[in-house]
Amino acid sequence: MKPFILNVALAAIAMSCANGTASRAAWEPARPVEFIVPAGTGGGADQMARTIQGIVTKHNLMKQPLVVINKAGGAGGEGFLDVKTSSGNPHKIIITLSNLFTTPLATGIPFNWKDLTPVAMLALDEFVLWVNAEKPYSSVKDYVDAVKKAPSGSFKMGGTGSKQEDQIITVGIEKAIDTKFTYIPYKGGGEVAVQLVGNHVDSTVNNPIEAVAQWRGGKLRPLCVFDAQPMAYDEPIADGKAWKDIPTCKSQGLAMEYLMLRGIFMAPKATKDQVEYYVELFKKVRATPEWQEFMKSGAFNTTFLTGADYAKWVEAEEKRHQGLMKEAGFLSGN
Amino acid sequence: MEELANLFHGFAVALQPYNIMLMIIGITLGVIIGVLPGLGGANGVAILLPLTFSMPPTSAIIMLSCIYWGALFGGAITSILFNIPGEPWSVATTFDGYPMAQQGRPGEALTAAFTSSFVGALFAVIMITLVAPLVAGFALRFGPAEKFAVYFLAFCSFVGLSKEPPFKTIAAMMMGFALAAVGLDSITGQLRLTFGVTELLNGFDFLIAVIGLFGIGEILLTMEEGLAFRGGTATINLRVVLQTWRELPAYWMTSLRSCLIGCWMGVTPAGATPASFMSYGIAKRLARRGNNFGKGEIEGVIAPETAAHAAGTSALLPMLSLGVPGSPTAAVLLGGLLIWGLQPGPMLFVEQKEFVWGLIASMYLGNLAGLLVVLTCVPIFAAILRVPFGIIAPLILVLCAIGAYSVHNSTFDVMLMLVFGVLGYLLKKCNYPLAPLVLAIVLGDKAEEAFRQSLLGSQGSLGVFFSNGLVSTIMALGLVALFWSAIQEGYSRLRTAMA
Repeated sequence: MKPFILNVALAAIAMSCANGTASRAAWEPARPVEFIVPAGTGGGADQMARTIQGIVTKHNLMKQPLVVINKAGGAGGEGFLDVKTSSGNPHKIIITLSNLFTTPLATGIPFNWKDLTPVAMLALDEFVLWVNAEKPYSSVKDYVDAVKKAPSGSFKMGGTGSKQEDQIITVGIEKAIDTKFTYIPYKGGGEVAVQLVGNHVDSTVNNPIEAVAQWRGGKLRPLCVFDAQPMAYDEPIADGKAWKDIPTCKSQGLAMEYLMLRGIFMAPKATKDQVEYYVELFKKVRATPEWQEFMKSGAFNTTFLTGADYAKWVEAEEKRHQGLMKEAGFLSGN
Repeated sequence: MEELANLFHGFAVALQPYNIMLMIIGITLGVIIGVLPGLGGANGVAILLPLTFSMPPTSAIIMLSCIYWGALFGGAITSILFNIPGEPWSVATTFDGYPMAQQGRPGEALTAAFTSSFVGALFAVIMITLVAPLVAGFALRFGPAEKFAVYFLAFCSFVGLSKEPPFKTIAAMMMGFALAAVGLDSITGQLRLTFGVTELLNGFDFLIAVIGLFGIGEILLTMEEGLAFRGGTATINLRVVLQTWRELPAYWMTSLRSCLIGCWMGVTPAGATPASFMSYGIAKRLARRGNNFGKGEIEGVIAPETAAHAAGTSALLPMLSLGVPGSPTAAVLLGGLLIWGLQPGPMLFVEQKEFVWGLIASMYLGNLAGLLVVLTCVPIFAAILRVPFGIIAPLILVLCAIGAYSVHNSTFDVMLMLVFGVLGYLLKKCNYPLAPLVLAIVLGDKAEEAFRQSLLGSQGSLGVFFSNGLVSTIMALGLVALFWSAIQEGYSRLRTAMA
């Protein structure tokens, strides 16, 4: 690829200009870096990407600008294919959510995460089971009893997108307690939370950041979190309750665990130096107070992985999604 | 009264010299963004969002909302001068605005559009100031069935009054629905009608279709007619503003009605696009000179512009109080709020008083500043039409190409735009109306989604569309609008029979 060679040459020139003494030519971007978001504006991935962009700009962490570009078409397929076809272009990174697995599995578009170069896991997004605060059930047990008592399929679960994380969790709950929901897909998480406040659906599995405002306003009630242990944040949010006080679903007899990847990938054929550059960049981003504030506001799980550990995690997660989606009948061609 | 005290405090915040400076910068940037079709308010705000992170939140949101205002005003400019709507809600403005410009009355059309936008937005801000807490809860009553009913009403109020042969209207609309169906089906998560072409994953973006159908189609038509430049007689004098203003009060009824439609549609999360179409449709039916609509009637500019801006502004209310963005731009602003650590939702009005009222005050001032900026530029904009077509046409073409490209940064879209241009030319030659086609592209997939969500919830029963007072009323209004001409005819026949 000609542009790539050009880039390397440019980078080399830029480096020697900047440093004078190019002891060991560590790679650095030579032109603006495109930060692809395979989701629409205003969603969780978009918020995170724009926060990172803001942090990078404010703290001057990059010499070149970082430009956020939304490519949401086909449940993010547009974004993934764009990065896949930019082989050898180190000026393009992508932030992923679970659609990294679900979109190719559900739609059959020619893409697999192995087409990309893994950079780092930034965080994991939690899922919480929410009900309207007016409803009588205050624990998972009350809720499960109510669902089981109602005629099959009359309980409505609202979620973001179709055959994506929210519906996968819904199917998981159905299996765990042996019942059936009617799943209603909406466009965005904020909308889902408001539909729950308006009693148009009976429960949701919103991410913390999508529903926290309604929790604080006393409109919604969290029942349990789909993680192996409770969330880490102990600052009270509503009624003296903190994120930490929400029990895990498993401990309440609802055996389903699910976390969503918020990770970074690069285009295929990135060199070790290039990956290293972005890993260092995101380490710096993570150290800023703005990032920590952002993690707290969304009650994120702040696991950070890079290199082989990260690739291993993604691979295991892909297998799991394949299994979950196969069981649910969500694979394309079904 | 506490609200008023808060508001005056907000004015004090917004009127600090630093904030006034940001306001003017924002308006100017916004107008530039609005003039480029495709770039649009949402993209403009998204691009500039990171620049504001180092500012205090109140200043930042003042600047961003001013960019938003500027973009809204700017969108009307290309709609009227070149028949290229930059935003979905400017489509209805082209119906009468562009003919006016062609008749040598661009100044009048622009003044009417800007003033109506101002009036609509002002009405909505006053509503937000006075009844915010009351109205906010209303949006909660809107589930999928209610939303579908609103889209249904928008379609019906527009279709029922079309003067074109009904079959051509229906054919055009069906074509729009078919185009809207391409891409990911959001209910099943499957790809539809993409035939394995990855470029079609996204479906047909409204903006690309509109830039092609209207902008390129228009250039082709003008070329056929022999490169005439019909705007040559345009008055380019600031006096045109005053003259138009003298005329406007006569249309107070249309304005008021459009304000109400706009506010209602903005607070229900349906948004500005159905509001502008609905308002245009109803004005066409009720106005004394309704039959002249589409031929350059000033009321046909007032109605959609007023409603669109009333809706766009009141859409900020559900965003602030519920965290549901009513428009793409509002969605980006919402992202901004979160980054500044402000949590939109029921507690925002209680915990972040200074911010909320600073924003509302800046909506008053930004709107006023925007009006002044764009009105003084009316002669300059109008003068563009004096440039010979041979020079301006390539410029418009470039503008269209940039616009189409910037929607998704894709050259495929530029090709697509050209294809739509040829399609638009052919449809016009065969006298198929473009408006129903565009309406279906814009609202088709949203209406479909709401329809199927409702049926999922009701387990397939159509009764859900008449299951409560709210949804039944809207559906009934829609049916009345659809069969209005039949009802009218039946009524007059009945009367002659009685007599």
